[in-house]
Amino acid sequence: MPKLVNLTINHTRVTVPEGTLIVDAAKEAGINIPVFCYHPKMEPVGMCRMCLVDVARPVIDRATGQPVLEADGAPKLSFGPKLETACTTPVSEGMLVVEDSPKVTAARKDILEFLLTSHPLDCPICDKGGECPLQNLTLGYGPTESRFDFADKLHHAKRVPLGELIFLDRERCIQCGRCVRFQEKIAGDPVIGFYQRGRKLEIQTQTQPGFDSIFSGNTSDICPVGALTTADFRFGARPWEMEAHPSICAQCAVGCNIVFNTKREARSEGGMAIKRVMPRQNEAVNEIWLCDKGRFGYHYLQSGERLTRPMIRQNGELVPVSWETATDTIVERLKTGRSGLTVLAGGRLANEDLFNLKRLADAEHGKTLFYTHMGGGDLTGQVGLAPGSNLATLGKGDAVLVVASDLHEEAPIWWLRLKQAAARGASLVVLNPRATRLDDFAAISQRYHYGRVMDALAALFAGEAGQVLSQAANLVIFFGSEGLGVDGSQAVAQACANLLIRTGHTGRPNNGLVGVWSEPNAQGAWELGYRPAKNLTAELAEAHVTLVAGADPAGDDPALAETLQQSEFLVVADLFMTETAKRANVVLPALPYSEREGSFTSGERRVQRFTAALPPREKAHTEAMIAARVAARLGLKIEESLPVVFEKLAAETPAFTGLSFDRLAETHPQKPLLSREDLYYSGTAYENTAGLGCTLALTGSPAEAEPVTPELPAPVENALLAVPITRLYDRSSTLVHSSSILGQRMIGAEVWLNPQDAAERGLSAGAEIEIHLKSANWPVKVVINADVPAGAALLPRSVGIPAFELAALEI
Amino acid sequence: MSDMAMLNSGAENPVDEMVLLRHRNIPDIDQLSVYLSNGGFAAFEKAVREWAPAKVTEEVKASGLRGRGGAGFPTGMKWSFLPDKIWPHYVVANADESEPGTFKDREIMEKNPYQFLEGLMIAAYAVQAGTAYIYLRGEFWPVAQKLDACIAELERAGLLGSNLLGSSYSLRLYTHLGAGAYVCGEESALLESLEGKMGQPRLRPPFPAVAGLYNKPTLINNVETLTNLPPIIKNGAAWYRGFGTEKSPGVKIFSLSGRVKRPGNYELPLGATFRHLIYDLGGGIPGGRPIKAIMPAGASSSLIKASDVALDTAMDYEAVATLGSTLGSASVIVLDDTVNMKWLLQKTLAFFRHESCGKCTPCREGTYWMSLIADRMASGKGRSDDAALLGSVAGQIKGKCLCPLGEFSLTAVQTALSLFPEDFAA
Repeated sequence: MPKLVNLTINHTRVTVPEGTLIVDAAKEAGINIPVFCYHPKMEPVGMCRMCLVDVARPVIDRATGQPVLEADGAPKLSFGPKLETACTTPVSEGMLVVEDSPKVTAARKDILEFLLTSHPLDCPICDKGGECPLQNLTLGYGPTESRFDFADKLHHAKRVPLGELIFLDRERCIQCGRCVRFQEKIAGDPVIGFYQRGRKLEIQTQTQPGFDSIFSGNTSDICPVGALTTADFRFGARPWEMEAHPSICAQCAVGCNIVFNTKREARSEGGMAIKRVMPRQNEAVNEIWLCDKGRFGYHYLQSGERLTRPMIRQNGELVPVSWETATDTIVERLKTGRSGLTVLAGGRLANEDLFNLKRLADAEHGKTLFYTHMGGGDLTGQVGLAPGSNLATLGKGDAVLVVASDLHEEAPIWWLRLKQAAARGASLVVLNPRATRLDDFAAISQRYHYGRVMDALAALFAGEAGQVLSQAANLVIFFGSEGLGVDGSQAVAQACANLLIRTGHTGRPNNGLVGVWSEPNAQGAWELGYRPAKNLTAELAEAHVTLVAGADPAGDDPALAETLQQSEFLVVADLFMTETAKRANVVLPALPYSEREGSFTSGERRVQRFTAALPPREKAHTEAMIAARVAARLGLKIEESLPVVFEKLAAETPAFTGLSFDRLAETHPQKPLLSREDLYYSGTAYENTAGLGCTLALTGSPAEAEPVTPELPAPVENALLAVPITRLYDRSSTLVHSSSILGQRMIGAEVWLNPQDAAERGLSAGAEIEIHLKSANWPVKVVINADVPAGAALLPRSVGIPAFELAALEI
Repeated sequence: MSDMAMLNSGAENPVDEMVLLRHRNIPDIDQLSVYLSNGGFAAFEKAVREWAPAKVTEEVKASGLRGRGGAGFPTGMKWSFLPDKIWPHYVVANADESEPGTFKDREIMEKNPYQFLEGLMIAAYAVQAGTAYIYLRGEFWPVAQKLDACIAELERAGLLGSNLLGSSYSLRLYTHLGAGAYVCGEESALLESLEGKMGQPRLRPPFPAVAGLYNKPTLINNVETLTNLPPIIKNGAAWYRGFGTEKSPGVKIFSLSGRVKRPGNYELPLGATFRHLIYDLGGGIPGGRPIKAIMPAGASSSLIKASDVALDTAMDYEAVATLGSTLGSASVIVLDDTVNMKWLLQKTLAFFRHESCGKCTPCREGTYWMSLIADRMASGKGRSDDAALLGSVAGQIKGKCLCPLGEFSLTAVQTALSLFPEDFAA
């Protein structure tokens, strides 16, 4: 516990930990000291000089070391010769900070006048107008008339694309450097910097392609003026016109808290539209940051290609019908079906959908299958993170192991959080077949050959790293699916779970196993009892009525497409006409999570609630509603109302005991304190008023078990080893319909080869070739990457090439 | 040189030879052999062979030597700020010499380089630094070339390298060229630049003595300061105190420029008068015109209005302060009655606008704005309230900047406006 220091700010007595900066101490006391360059997530630089305050300190008698007292017994205070910057000055005992005196007010006016001398004052057309710290502070302290000649104003480029996502308006920039520092210190991507000096100082991108970072959007939040705007939101709306709807990002398993800003507009034919995604503070999840996929990848939600009406197959064609007809068709089939309903659900469905579908399947003597490329979720349910966990509190003495995952690509915010944990002193151990961006911060980084992960884990545990992990005060293990299928990742998870159990790192906060899932609610599916099929093809072939929801097996794998083509009766609920939907007997339009409420369970086992940002646009229903409607027609009672469904779920699922939508909506004060009142303090991220979510309880008593290691593919002469990997800007069904905003970053069908392997085969980068995999040929583009181990051919998932586990690949 | 003899006031120190500008007495002292045969490196040898590092520091403290870069901070005390629990220590010679009107360090480095290098080596020994850097402004590349040749010579001679003079002490010297920015003379900006970053000042605290180069304790001394060290160590503190005044002991190089007949560097004991420098040595004003003002510390001076009192004031740190100015780096710029203060401010402000690093708002925006006003006034397009506006903007910058450079930009403005209001009459 740090020492506490007492001071007075204006007339308010404040007690804060030693080392606190005046600006933060004032914030605690409800006093907002204006800043531009300071940001509570970054070290102070004292550049903008906006936060000047008058500081007095007790006079100490040099002879005695005691404070000198006034006649009335109060300590004698002495003001410094100059005003001091509140953002760089730490508090000290007995200090008096005056920030409301005429002297301080005059200083603020002085600085503001300086800042405005070269500012274009184009608030009426500025995206930041309405939530702009400079605009707000100008209202507070700015001069009404300019003493600076308008003709003397410098004019600069107003539309400088730093990259394809972020534009710089050089006239508006006040050179506070927040963006530069964010990229360097927080994002770890020092891709922008200052150029020139004095009044010519400007921000430049220093990479090709420009602003090459997956966290670039955050700079537009923390920019205290309208200098940095996103290509997505630029001239899209005025901040005050928009509504703010709390939600959860659905692009990966981290569960970043977001706000959908929406607005009614002509372009959406008078309907409401999402104009932008903003971070919502949750210091236990994403703090106030988002990755660019989360920020810019939402366009699929309002795509014109979304399914709008139920359809049934008549004479070989899918034709639109009413919900009643569609439901009747399904119910009829279920009534006459020989045995039950097979539900195949993906991790994009909300907890409520999964729960209702499971109840329907259970009632119909059916089964529920989880559509995933990765196993181990049964273990994360037993030895996952316990309530009270927060990666932000990992530090010295703690350890984190990351196995078979490129976190920077698969879960950027987790990568960010582990980078910070390492900076705080946590020992980071990385075990992956190729270099990843996590290696930079790793205490120990080891490689293994694809296919040899179990041996590598055993060796790691037996060696120095094993010591570090076993002896750590807290241990978190992230496991992924780099080069692994369901069985392979299941085996890795088991080995990791065994270590956690063996070393006593279970059942406590900040200890446990985390699966690096690709979907927002994969963990939820596991928690609710969904399991991957041992043999999906066989299960689908045998099923009588199959309901596929939030998954596109036919699009992922031609073999499954073939099986589904032969389905006895296939029902698909989805947002889009997927390859699977094309083979369905009944297609049901589902509601995207932006148009409904519900909850997701993150990889950290935090259940978080999202709300409807837009009214349901089409004649679509939630999967939970679909299940309830079908059930009703079968004479079963399944709840429709999502809060009620969740209550039922909580009552029947031990890990969810005691949870309700109301509980998920609870908040408590977080630091840094954020509000829309003083945007200059930490930017335009939203404060969290809609709920911080709850981490699921751990149930059951975990026990070690022997991992079942899948066999390696038989070696084929001259063949490479096909290795599935997960990339950030992939084409999984969420992003495939996204707008062009992320277009140039999206991956296509490609194979990554080691330079040596490529040279031996006479392949150059960018070459378009065909690969032979699983008895079929696939057109791909060659990517040459020195980090790819010799003999491996990396195949990004989600581009339609059926690489699910290691396999022989010929070129 | 007779002037020097005359000026060395203490009868017990009848020094008729230069302490710093020794090349003026000894030809070819920039050759190592000549330097050595004239007592070169005796001080370094004495320090390394006979003295503990702390004793070197004590001797420098006793000498009363103060930093010649401008601030006049006691040198020995600065050395003692380096904590002995954090290692390594670094020493950096500040050879940025960017103050307009200052050209003393350049002469030392070009003509008497070994004395400077020996001084740097003594400082490095005193704080036990194994590496010392010489940070030169970018325009000084021929100087860097010369110093590099000297360093190579010293390495060949075994005076630089490992286990020097049979001791366990090892030292390497490196020159580093900046990119030509005034702000890099400010020590924390210098360190940033030396680390390969943009030359912008750091926040202080922490001070470089505790967290300087690469976040390690770092001693930064000006070239002239360092050049004083060999004679101090060789002849002792008491000898050095024979020059100058009690609070400003020693000798100083005055860079004289402006409206004088014989501009140049003059080595004098501290405490010599302006009149002596400008009239006796500098030959007075061309054409015998009246002197109007003195800028004793280059472009960042507070102006001194010429008067008999001012001219008879001793040039030491204390006496110049009584005139409301500072001695600074002692770059004395003389202005005669042909100089209009509008013209002067236009020139100095153009300089500060050009050199503002842009890191902090008041300097970046304020120097730009002041310069615009000064341009307007100097071109005859000034308005009746421009002088007031200029003064107001200067006052608006004052006390708010991140580093001293911003404050320097307004000293000439404020003093010109208050001392010479007639020059600004519309």
